[in-house]
Amino acid sequence: MAITVRLPGSLREVTGGQSKLSASGATLAEVFGDIERRHPGFRDRVLDESGAIRTYVNVYIGEEDARTSGGSEARVPEGAEVMVIPAMAGGGRRTSGPRAGS
Amino acid sequence: MWAKLESFNPGGSVKDRAALWMVLAAEDDGLLDAAGRERSLGSGASQRRVILDATSGNTGVALALVGAVRGHSVELCMPDLVSLERKAMARAFGAHVRLTDPLEGSDGAIVEARRLAAEEPERYAYVDQYANPANVLAHRETTGPEIWEQTEGAVTHVVAGVGTSGTVVGISQALRARGVRIVAAQPDDALHGIDGWKHMASALRPAIWDESVADRHVAVATDAALAMTRRLAREEGVFSGPSGGAAVVAAVDVAREFEGRIVVIVADGGDRYLSTPLWE
Repeated sequence: MAITVRLPGSLREVTGGQSKLSASGATLAEVFGDIERRHPGFRDRVLDESGAIRTYVNVYIGEEDARTSGGSEARVPEGAEVMVIPAMAGGGRRTSGPRAGS
Repeated sequence: MWAKLESFNPGGSVKDRAALWMVLAAEDDGLLDAAGRERSLGSGASQRRVILDATSGNTGVALALVGAVRGHSVELCMPDLVSLERKAMARAFGAHVRLTDPLEGSDGAIVEARRLAAEEPERYAYVDQYANPANVLAHRETTGPEIWEQTEGAVTHVVAGVGTSGTVVGISQALRARGVRIVAAQPDDALHGIDGWKHMASALRPAIWDESVADRHVAVATDAALAMTRRLAREEGVFSGPSGGAAVVAAVDVAREFEGRIVVIVADGGDRYLSTPLWE
């Protein structure tokens, strides 16, 4: 079962306007690598030169902040939803889980 | 280089200026009840309009503060990615906070505020900081003249970030005719971490923004902004938020090329980002 990746408006220029993508991979880095193959430039926007999640990007795997579960090497279960959001102030944490929006 | 530390305003940020001027303008226009303060103590409060705006945080705190003092209720649309401190502060002043989809950022909050204002025009006084001339006027009449007076006319350049653009446009209107060069700074990428700033090429364009008010435009990378924010604290004793660090990065860029008295606007303080990894 594919992994669903939801993206902020500020990344959609790289993905041809798509806000939701299907991808595959066992880790976050692999999932982003899969997207990179179809949308060149994506990976560098969310991961830095060392392969770590950029300081101003937050990534959630389901309800969990990826930084607390291995960063870019965090395991991504089949069928999971991954959400990438800008992190104000270098990683401002949200008050609640990914479904807490409006 | 001189830094104008807007964290010393009562609400802790540059946004106090715009918030006060926008609310007073709405009262003058009859959009808000100027007698709100007195009325709020009596039984007529429910008939008054609620101040509404979209904000990435600081304007929300400032509007909440001004609303508390002037007797107006305040409702704020904020993306669910602003720091805990700013949400808590706005609530402490009595505002109602609506959290919007973090994936849509500050533009999503704007869309939500527009929707609410359109659906219930009699309920809300939508001050719309991105389009409100009083936002610009606040800086033309206060920030700009203060810079001139506090530098005794020695200022040669003013550097400020662009979010709503009210600060840059208003200061430009006040000082450019006196020979001061205006530098507008923006994030270098649509995906950034500089609170309150907008990457204009990819964002909803504020109606008050006018590129021609600036003599120079500088793009700042988030990593450089955060590094400078920490450096300001550790080397200069200036406790700034990320946008202040970003503005100083732009100001240093200017200082490498020009001699003179450069004034940089540091929009808020580092204390409202203590819950974020900025200071870890």
